[in-house]
Amino acid sequence: MDIYSDGARLLAGGQSLIAALNMRLDAPQVLIDLNGIGELVGIAQSNGRIRIGAMTRHADIENSALIAKTLPLLSQAAPLIAHPAIRNRGTFGGSLALADPAAEWPACCAALNAEIVLASRKGERRVRAGEFFNGLYETVRRSNELLVAVEFEPALPGERAVCRELAPRQGDYAWAGIAIQALVEGRTLRNLQLAFFGVGDRPVTAPHVVAVLEGQTVNSELLAAVRNALEQDIAPASDPQCTAEMRMHYAGVVLERAINDLLRNGGTE
Amino acid sequence: MNNAVQTATTVTLVVNGEQLTRQVSVRRNLADFLREDLGLTGTHVGCEHGVCGACTVKVNGAIVRACLMLAVQLDGAEVITIECAANDVITDLRREFHVRNALQCGFCTPAMLLTAADIVENNPQAGRAEIREHLSGNYCRCTGYQSIIDAVEAVCRSRTKS
Repeated sequence: MDIYSDGARLLAGGQSLIAALNMRLDAPQVLIDLNGIGELVGIAQSNGRIRIGAMTRHADIENSALIAKTLPLLSQAAPLIAHPAIRNRGTFGGSLALADPAAEWPACCAALNAEIVLASRKGERRVRAGEFFNGLYETVRRSNELLVAVEFEPALPGERAVCRELAPRQGDYAWAGIAIQALVEGRTLRNLQLAFFGVGDRPVTAPHVVAVLEGQTVNSELLAAVRNALEQDIAPASDPQCTAEMRMHYAGVVLERAINDLLRNGGTE
Repeated sequence: MNNAVQTATTVTLVVNGEQLTRQVSVRRNLADFLREDLGLTGTHVGCEHGVCGACTVKVNGAIVRACLMLAVQLDGAEVITIECAANDVITDLRREFHVRNALQCGFCTPAMLLTAADIVENNPQAGRAEIREHLSGNYCRCTGYQSIIDAVEAVCRSRTKS
């Protein structure tokens, strides 16, 4: 990486990079294959935090009992990622480093404000997910840095999580999606943590929505206020797949469905 | 420091139970390696960017897209393609696909069978929705999928009954 700098690409699961190479959208000087570096693989709990190695596959997160117990948001999101054969190869760190704004993992990390661990020959630095994503396929990772792991605070007892999206087909990139976690007490949500995906150039948190929802009893008036708040938080753009108006509408739909899911049962506690 | 870029290397892997050693270009993807170098043309190449699923094979027991792996990554791996997948599950799936016209042109069928076998083997209790989700990454442009789901469901039910 130090030798080739921007001429090198790091090959993680390859489920986006090799597709880009096949389509001649990218022509790096060299590929550096990260498969086979055992230290980058695995899910572990230590000092109360959960650490996911960058080369952990989507399917391993989907099937992890530890993740289901401690980070239910990730268990909810995993089945929405592409298809089984892709989830068997694609990696957690690869998805974050690519920073596709319609992808699930960046939004989950932004919602939970996970800590992203970057390493270079000079040492290690840690960046909160809120500061990691810089724009469309852009992150603060430097060309001499490797994303090695992500660390999370586990969900508290009583906290529930939901990941919801609307997409043209199962496994496609979402028109709009939401990753949300909250402590549910009757019809009230507290400790709200959420991020939208597919509605901007990076995962989008929604402070106005959180301010309206936090600690209030959910009823039809509150949901109307939440929809109004959403228009202050997100400003989707139009593209050939979906107009800005439709994206805004879909974001409201997934938000309301996610709130109802949380109040009903929303994932595992 | 040696900056020379490596463009070819030797890999040793097991394909359909047979150990092979081959010189491969590092840019060769697994689908092309199987088809062009080994003559195993049952693995089909559709979109070449991971969308259509026609190149699905098994690597170390897990279904993957052969177009999204490089042959050099397969050193020491075990690969199963449709040519060797003649176990009971595949035989039953072939029969049900045949009986129900779950194929027309047949282009998607090898990958469809491998993906279907994956759910029959790992989750035979699966209902239609789960079967549909599991096959969602494999495109068929002929049948409209209903007969494919019917065939896979029939094999799943035959496994959960016995």
